[in-house]
Amino acid sequence: MEQYLTQPLSLQTFIIFFASAVALLLLVLGFVTYAIYFERKVIGWMQARIGPNRVGPLGLLQTVADVLKLLLKEDTIPKKADKPLFLIAPIIAFVPSFAVLAVIPFTDKLHFADLGVGLLYYLAISSISTIGVLVGGWASNNKYALIGGMRSAAQMISYEIPLVMSVIGVILITGSLNLIDIVERQREIGMWFIIPQFLGFIIFLIASISELNRTPFDLPEAESELVAGYHVEYSGFRFAFYMLAEYVYVFAMSALTTVLFLGGWLPPFEFLSFIPGIVWFILKFSAVVFFLFWVRATMPRIRVDQLMSLGWKVLLPLALVNIFITAVVKEFIA
Amino acid sequence: MSTVRTEEMLLNVGPQHPSTHGVFRLVVKIDGETITEAKPVIGYLHRGTEKLAEDLNYTQIIPYTDRMDYLSAMTNNYVIVHAVETMMGLEIPEKAEYLRVIAMELNRVASHLVWFGTYLLDIGAMSPFLYAFREREQILNLFNELCGARLTYNYMRVGGVKWDAPEGWIDKVRDFIPYMREQLEGYHQLVTGNEIFINRVKGIGQYDAQTAINYGLSGVNLRCTGVKYDIRKDQPYSIYDRFDFDVPVATEGDCLSKYYLRMEEIRQSLRILEQAVEQFPKEGEIMAKVPRVLRTPPGETYVRIEAPRGELGCYISSKGKDKPWRLKFRRPSFVNLQILPELLVGENIANLIAILGGIDIVLGEVDC
Repeated sequence: MEQYLTQPLSLQTFIIFFASAVALLLLVLGFVTYAIYFERKVIGWMQARIGPNRVGPLGLLQTVADVLKLLLKEDTIPKKADKPLFLIAPIIAFVPSFAVLAVIPFTDKLHFADLGVGLLYYLAISSISTIGVLVGGWASNNKYALIGGMRSAAQMISYEIPLVMSVIGVILITGSLNLIDIVERQREIGMWFIIPQFLGFIIFLIASISELNRTPFDLPEAESELVAGYHVEYSGFRFAFYMLAEYVYVFAMSALTTVLFLGGWLPPFEFLSFIPGIVWFILKFSAVVFFLFWVRATMPRIRVDQLMSLGWKVLLPLALVNIFITAVVKEFIA
Repeated sequence: MSTVRTEEMLLNVGPQHPSTHGVFRLVVKIDGETITEAKPVIGYLHRGTEKLAEDLNYTQIIPYTDRMDYLSAMTNNYVIVHAVETMMGLEIPEKAEYLRVIAMELNRVASHLVWFGTYLLDIGAMSPFLYAFREREQILNLFNELCGARLTYNYMRVGGVKWDAPEGWIDKVRDFIPYMREQLEGYHQLVTGNEIFINRVKGIGQYDAQTAINYGLSGVNLRCTGVKYDIRKDQPYSIYDRFDFDVPVATEGDCLSKYYLRMEEIRQSLRILEQAVEQFPKEGEIMAKVPRVLRTPPGETYVRIEAPRGELGCYISSKGKDKPWRLKFRRPSFVNLQILPELLVGENIANLIAILGGIDIVLGEVDC
């Protein structure tokens, strides 16, 4: 990839860029399709149910059928909605979720953009999705959607801060924002950052679940209170866009967790390095995804004011403490 | 600095809202996410049961009661036959009494299980709902074997019960008790200690004993404030005086204490079931000798029993005919619901669901 990035743009490089972007999109769509299937199966087993098993062998085509249904549905727009905003909101929510994937390194060879500020890029771009959610909630002209959108904006902004703060420890140890450097650094010090940065890892995990709007932080779409939250008025493929954005973020966030704290493509022990890095990446990545689903089957939903106080009064100070400890330790060792 | 113009928002919660447990509508005024006024609107499910009953003979009324508190149809069945039996002064055979108690206590467990599941679903946890329904399924299967129905049983008759327990049924109930105890342990492990759950319900929707009495609350909604009032103990009906069980009481009066009490009541019901199954007479009649046409003597009667949701009463005014002149049910859900507007003012909208769920209403019963 790298030699193409430095070349001037010609038809050939353009085609290669385009083809690899499409390949990534298809990969992510495939992931989303089977992540939803996997989630429904796993939660089904945990809840003493069977889960989808009707469409295709073992229900493997269930999500495909669901997506087809969504695409064929009528695209309803409420009469009193703010039409242009209503139409564009799902796109604002979806596009950044896909754009952040550019910086995720899957292995040391397989990555798309090798940005010096990769981590910052991820965090900055991903926060644009909040606008899509807020705009969607506002433009629907529905009270539940509005409350959902507002909650979502408040929640995502509040949790972005501990999220960023929690990775500063990693950045301090590495001395770089580049995601590939971060993994390489974990190889150098001989352990994954989950061990020296355990506190940071916990904060990051909690904040990232909140960023993903998943249980126990699924307040923006709290079904029992707000019916469906910000996407209550959406149907058809616009609704599908919101769902897609949510699951692409699950993909992106799990990949980021793997890279930052679980050593990316590194094997757990040196003698296992004959197994290709991508296998390790997929294993760790799947474990994180499974964890997210597991939490969803276990936890009730936190209340909105408790969510805020958890973010500001617990996670943020802890993240600051983590930065302080990391800095002190680094100073003494170095 | 100019001030930002703010407005109160009028939010219609229901009648088609996922957490109102049926067709209940609540008109709330919210300022931000704080409730400033709440007005419940009921009656969407009103079927005029009491008026219809005036045109039906006593046996025909029984299936109508199934549809009041449809999660606990056995206790509803019982209250109407109990009222008629009291008026007529009937002697009920031993075996029928045991079958009734077993059916009612099983139904109480099933009803509390539904509450447990749906309450956790309201709070946002999905799994307990499915676990609770898995256990409830066992009870419904038992009822299915007993009377052929899973929800609207129409099981009891004036003078006894319609069907005898089938072969081996009592043993199945006996096997169910330890199974349910084990599952209850699991629920406690999954939910009771959960920090998020406790934070959601602790201190929410609190009221004191005097308020509860003023509103006429009963059942768990009253006992959670420290008033020890359980009709099974205080005014024993049927054969409840033969069983050894406790009445759990809490003093906090919040949603968490209601949760504890309902879970504890499942345990106590299992204790009653255990004793009832042990003492169950193998031989005997299931119906008393009753006249072909049931005529209550002229006069009035009010009987009350402890339904899963509180004091379920039945008032019959008779003119000596085979039909009641006036019939009135005191439905615990309806009475308990009246405290809701007072509890909601000043609360966060997220607490609305927790408080409404804590009261435990069944809309079939509220609207009757």
